[in-house]
Amino acid sequence: MPIYRSHVLVCGGTPCVLKGAKTLKDLLNKELNRYNLADEIRVVETGCLGPCDEGPVIVVYPEGTMYSRLQPSDIPRIVQSHLLKGRILQELVYQAPWSPPSAQEVPLEQEKYLGLQKRVVLRNCGRIDPDSIDEYIANDGYQALGKAVTTLRPDEVIEMVKEAKLLGRGGAGFPTGLKWSFTAKIDADQKYIICNADEGEPGTFKDRLIMEGDPHGIIEGMAIAGYAVGANQGIIYIRGEYALSIERMKRAIEQATAYGLLGERIFGSDFNFTIQVRSGAGAYVCGEETALIESLEGNRGEPRVKPPYPGVAGLWGKPTVVNNVETLANVPPIILNGPEWFRRIGTEKCPGTKVFTMLGDINNQGLIEVPMGITLREIVYGVGGGIPGGKGFKMAQTGGTSGGCLPAEFLDLPMDYDTLAKAGSALGSGAMLIIDDSHCVVDLLKSFMKFFVHESCGRCTPCREGTMRLYEIIQALAEGTATMADFRLLKELSATMQLTALCGLGQSAPNSLLTCMEYFADEFQAHLNGRCPTGTCKNITVKSDAV
Amino acid sequence: MKSLKDLEAIREKAKQMTGIREGKAQTKIIVGMGTCGIAAGARDTMKVILDELGKRNLTDVTVTQTGCLGLCEQEPIVEVEIPDQPRIIYGKVSAERARQIIANHIVNGNMIGEWVIGRK
Ligand SMILES: Cc1cc2nc3c(=O)[nH]c(=O)nc-3n(C[C@H](O)[C@H](O)[C@H](O)COP(=O)(O)O)c2cc1C
Ligand code: SF4
Repeated sequence: MPIYRSHVLVCGGTPCVLKGAKTLKDLLNKELNRYNLADEIRVVETGCLGPCDEGPVIVVYPEGTMYSRLQPSDIPRIVQSHLLKGRILQELVYQAPWSPPSAQEVPLEQEKYLGLQKRVVLRNCGRIDPDSIDEYIANDGYQALGKAVTTLRPDEVIEMVKEAKLLGRGGAGFPTGLKWSFTAKIDADQKYIICNADEGEPGTFKDRLIMEGDPHGIIEGMAIAGYAVGANQGIIYIRGEYALSIERMKRAIEQATAYGLLGERIFGSDFNFTIQVRSGAGAYVCGEETALIESLEGNRGEPRVKPPYPGVAGLWGKPTVVNNVETLANVPPIILNGPEWFRRIGTEKCPGTKVFTMLGDINNQGLIEVPMGITLREIVYGVGGGIPGGKGFKMAQTGGTSGGCLPAEFLDLPMDYDTLAKAGSALGSGAMLIIDDSHCVVDLLKSFMKFFVHESCGRCTPCREGTMRLYEIIQALAEGTATMADFRLLKELSATMQLTALCGLGQSAPNSLLTCMEYFADEFQAHLNGRCPTGTCKNITVKSDAV
Repeated sequence: MKSLKDLEAIREKAKQMTGIREGKAQTKIIVGMGTCGIAAGARDTMKVILDELGKRNLTDVTVTQTGCLGLCEQEPIVEVEIPDQPRIIYGKVSAERARQIIANHIVNGNMIGEWVIGRK
């Protein structure tokens, strides 16, 4: 076996690829050839390493040095200095926002670089070549599936997931073990496992990076789910724009099939399981599980009336488990390490970790994975490195555009499904939009509401009409023409939508609005009086009767 | 693949390939790669070391490089670091010497005294 003295991992996540990671990789190979180093140093394309706005990033092992913000001209220098002569190029080394500026190397356990982070779902992301099933297996891959099908009964698998208290990571936080148990109970000639990788929530790209960085983790999770509920067919529904995710998932499925880890009589048992990839056409509502199923059946992507829930009658009327990418990626480590291990991470009610994509006015944008229950303050000022330009924290919108907005008094709120729901927001899919104090609440809401007008599928009246009216009133507020009656109407409409809209889209569309109306009441009042405190709403007209 | 055993076999093999990223390797070989080292043939020494480790499947050894140690007339210089033992520095490590250092020192634990130019 050839021995390489060094591995260079080039981030192949979409954010880094967009910043030219592929060019860097080609250049790296060229330079290595030039110095006759190609047989000593292995170049590996890997999944997202996390600090996306610092991209493109590479990590050099065995030292574990992470270089960031690389330009093509940096590559020859890294080859000549680090790879040829063993001298780390300090000026290019990534500075994690939470470690002292003298830090020069990523310690191998990556602990220092990760800071408050804890990697369960992203355990392989940025550490292995996602196109190599062998590298996944080297890191204990497919052990959990093997253990499940050869030593555990399906009901024991479900019991473990229940005991782990794994909550669905796709938005609603429904207990996964419970969901599986409904489908497992039903006697049917055909059942399905669907992995929901539609990820339409603006600002969310965690599922994409999980698929790109560790596709086999999802395959393994789906197969375990299939074994647990008695399904032998799996479908991954991936957003059409995610070309790289689709490519990597397809390749991973081929490799797993070639190894007999998918297909018939897996690990010599009676369990058969296959997976196909299907792609969506980019409608936000198609992430809703019943609309997704409609779309898979070739119909217009509109939600169904529930019940019956998909677990009972889903795809082609058959019992169907729909789980999010991140939920499924949590399953193999739970089966392998046991529910007690999982429950030691995170909070009592909400164990494990959560993967967030952090965006907006924050120094360290990108992908993070932290234990559940970490506070907003730790995320913003610890992992996120604070707010740029010396500005103040105004609010964080958690859970994507469907989530609520939390002002500074919630900075010490623990981030988990329960607590956030009580605060009127949601943990949701894990998008975290940080907004500094130079932004106007009304202006922000205008763009949020516009999104819902555009994405409402139009099937039910409260949402089809409601989203449009909310948008119109917010626009009137921005122009200073809204009245007190309009303001009251906002509340009434929101309440109606929450109660009567058919699916989660219409029900959650008013979340951001309602939280902002409660926590930023002064700013609304100012707009009613024809004044925008931040000066953002330029067209606002001062009313003659206002002071 | 038909059993957990088959999976284990693939895992063992694959682990040798990715072990370098774990930082768990105990034994270290450090080759001087200053301009002087390279001029004296350190690149060949390096290649031979990797070749020899590969042939013997010694995947738990890390190989790194370092700059000039200030003993230019002794280049190529190779340091061997085994846990709980003093660090041994060899001088004038030609390709042939490198092969013998791997066979005697790394594999069998017998330092080759006459080539040693220092200990730390
Ligand atoms: C409008 C709308 C969009 C949704 N988009 C997604 C999505 O992109 N990905 C996802 O996993 N769940 C999405 N969901 C939630 C799914 O309906 C479903 O609850 C989830 O896939 C279940 O998986 P989990 O139990 O693993 O969380 C969406 C829900 C609604 C109402
Ligand atoms: S709530 Fe909106 S998106 Fe959902 S079914 Fe009704 S109109 Fe369609």
